[in-house]
Amino acid sequence: MKKNIAGTEIDVNEEGYLTDMSQWNEAIAAAIAVEEGIGTLTDAHMKVVRYLREQQAKGAALTIRSMGKSGIVTTKELYDLFPGGPLKKSSKIAGIPKPVGCI
Amino acid sequence: MTDDNQPVKKMSIIVSRGSLDGIYPALIMANGARMEGIEASLFFTFFGLNALANKTLDSLKVSTVGNSALNMAMPMLGLPMTMPFPTWMGAIPGVSAFATHLMNKEMEKLDIPPVREFLELISDSGGKIFACKLAMDMFKLKKEDLMDRVDGVLTVGDFYNESAGAGTHILFT
Repeated sequence: MKKNIAGTEIDVNEEGYLTDMSQWNEAIAAAIAVEEGIGTLTDAHMKVVRYLREQQAKGAALTIRSMGKSGIVTTKELYDLFPGGPLKKSSKIAGIPKPVGCI
Repeated sequence: MTDDNQPVKKMSIIVSRGSLDGIYPALIMANGARMEGIEASLFFTFFGLNALANKTLDSLKVSTVGNSALNMAMPMLGLPMTMPFPTWMGAIPGVSAFATHLMNKEMEKLDIPPVREFLELISDSGGKIFACKLAMDMFKLKKEDLMDRVDGVLTVGDFYNESAGAGTHILFT
């Protein structure tokens, strides 16, 4: 399905995750962040978002454990930055698919 | 929103078993709750305290004796699931350790952390870790004997108070 985010028509799934990560840009990230109740994205948020996109591009499976070990962000910081679902919300903002793992 | 759509707001999970396979499901459920933005508390009682005691928590084993659900496919022996794991085999010294080794290896592949790291992860994510006072008294354990992320030693009454609120679910494992 199509959704207008930050003035652009984007392909998303039923839950609002981008289905084509190449359609992503920072304005889209900012708009999704507001929608998800995260508010204004800081450098700390963007560091996580960029890391997620790099990992997704590499085809790496993302888990909360691997994020905490990434050196990009600690587990505590990740929960503080994206309250209410750290991996889910950050992935949505990063324009990558919803993480499928349980960890 | 109708009551039917009342979301799960908090999971209070009681852990009463002390084998590796008795403890992991609760850790996974608690961590999974936090990842979904759901509050999580773990309450370790009876043999569950093995998961918190510094002396035992790094060497928990899969139970290979008296575990009628265990079969030759689990843990990862590559044999059919329909073949039961004989209790006499489970009783041979080293078999439980070997089964544990195989299972740990498989879990590592799935990025499931070892027990200590898992408890730290849950604690870092805002989950709470509690020990049962009565079980502590029974096993002659003190707070200092437990890993450093334990938030407190609670009575049953404290635990119910801790679990208060609409949308809390209490799970016994």
